[in-house]
Amino acid sequence: MSNRKGVIIGIVVFLAVVTFPFLYNRGKAAPAPEVELTEKAKAAKQCVRSTDYMQREHMKILDLWRHTVVRRGERIYVNPQGKEFNMSLSNTCLDCHSNKTEFCDRCHDYASVRPYCWDCHIDNPKESK
Amino acid sequence: MNKRYILSLIAVVVLFLIAYLGVEAVPASKWLFGILIPYVALIVFVAGFIRRLLSWSRSAVPFAIPTTGGQQKSLKWIKPSTIDSPSSKSAVFIRMLLEIVTFRSLFRNTRMKLKEGRVTYQLEIFLWVGALAFHYAFFTVLFRHLRFFTHPTPLPVQLVENLDSFFRMEIMQDFIQIGVPGVYLSGLVLLAAVTYLFLRRIFIGNVKYISLASDYFPLFLIFGIAFTGIMMRYVLKTDVAAAKELTMGLVTFRWSIPGNVSSIFFVHLFFVSVLLAYFPFSKLMHLGGIFFSPTRNMRTDTRAVRHVNPWNYPVNVHTYEEYEDDFRDKMIEAGLPVDKMPEPQEASAEDEEPAAKPEEPEAGAADAATAPEEKE
Repeated sequence: MSNRKGVIIGIVVFLAVVTFPFLYNRGKAAPAPEVELTEKAKAAKQCVRSTDYMQREHMKILDLWRHTVVRRGERIYVNPQGKEFNMSLSNTCLDCHSNKTEFCDRCHDYASVRPYCWDCHIDNPKESK
Repeated sequence: MNKRYILSLIAVVVLFLIAYLGVEAVPASKWLFGILIPYVALIVFVAGFIRRLLSWSRSAVPFAIPTTGGQQKSLKWIKPSTIDSPSSKSAVFIRMLLEIVTFRSLFRNTRMKLKEGRVTYQLEIFLWVGALAFHYAFFTVLFRHLRFFTHPTPLPVQLVENLDSFFRMEIMQDFIQIGVPGVYLSGLVLLAAVTYLFLRRIFIGNVKYISLASDYFPLFLIFGIAFTGIMMRYVLKTDVAAAKELTMGLVTFRWSIPGNVSSIFFVHLFFVSVLLAYFPFSKLMHLGGIFFSPTRNMRTDTRAVRHVNPWNYPVNVHTYEEYEDDFRDKMIEAGLPVDKMPEPQEASAEDEEPAAKPEEPEAGAADAATAPEEKE
């Protein structure tokens, strides 16, 4: 193959594709965002489960809660410490974490996650927009 | 049992253990698996890939060997097969494009079978389906992963994410809960396709016969990548924001190892690094190789255009005319027939085109291939 022009174009395209993330961000720092806790959340010290667990698995808990409430009609969640919670996104989660933009959205936007929670749960009057 | 795939499987298991145990036992090795190895792998990938392309671009194409899949363009009243036997550059472009995006040559796969005592050739479509599913799923997965390497995530990536997770499925059991985050179809298709491509090599005898460790290893490795990725997303879980902080650190050169990134993430990243570093030296280079395949990128115009072998060198030939000039007198003396009667003149014009007379046996092997065309 002696198609010099074609080979050069190919290599340039290859390099452009591979280095796209480097060029797109161009060294701009993008650390994980800090979430803000409301006074109420700070006062409660611990969420339904530990912070580490909630960071990783909160979506799983929410899904399980929805399933338990909607399918089985049970509303009480007991955490490993024996503390009871009302399984409700609007009344339990968003009660403390009423600051959606500073709490939920920051990480979701950062990780490009678009949960459909708020497709329905727009009724919480405590949410400060 | 076959040591070719057992060895490949063991290799991937060992790679898993290296990363998993390394990160679990020595927390400081997260810098190795999370920062250093990915960079080394990327450099090896890019340099190796380009080196391979350059070496291919320098290699000779001695003969015109385009694969024909139809009637070559010839006389006006014979209908040519434009794409399957492309005679122009644009037709070659279309053929290449369709080959790359739809794998037309795999679609032609047939299987020979004896049916009621007769040999039949049946369409064998599963390799094509499997390969298509595998490559598109892999591409989608790769594209989706840009969300970890760009901030803010570009709109096309978000659109692909939405499209990929449109199918909501939920498993709500006591021991396993899957459903949120939304299940990406591409991941499951990738895992299924790579499994099929592996099983095919095990269960089809003649494919197994030609399968080497270098065929099995990438399949196991890609299986490992897909599997760890799926496990990380749906079952074992990791803090996604922390994971992105690490990957963004890689592309912005502001490195950090957030504490709450789980070990499975490092295994996943290590597998990807190994795949990247292995890529330029493996059969996976068909990614670049397809563009350099003379069977695909040449025009089927062998009847219209002479392909000059770049290995041709000027061959010293001694033509019959020269031979006769040397021995004419002796030939006449011995009563042998001669082409030219001995007029008082010397032959000198023959030296003009030494390589163009193939009658002489000394013409050499390299020239032999082009010889028939030269008679015209």
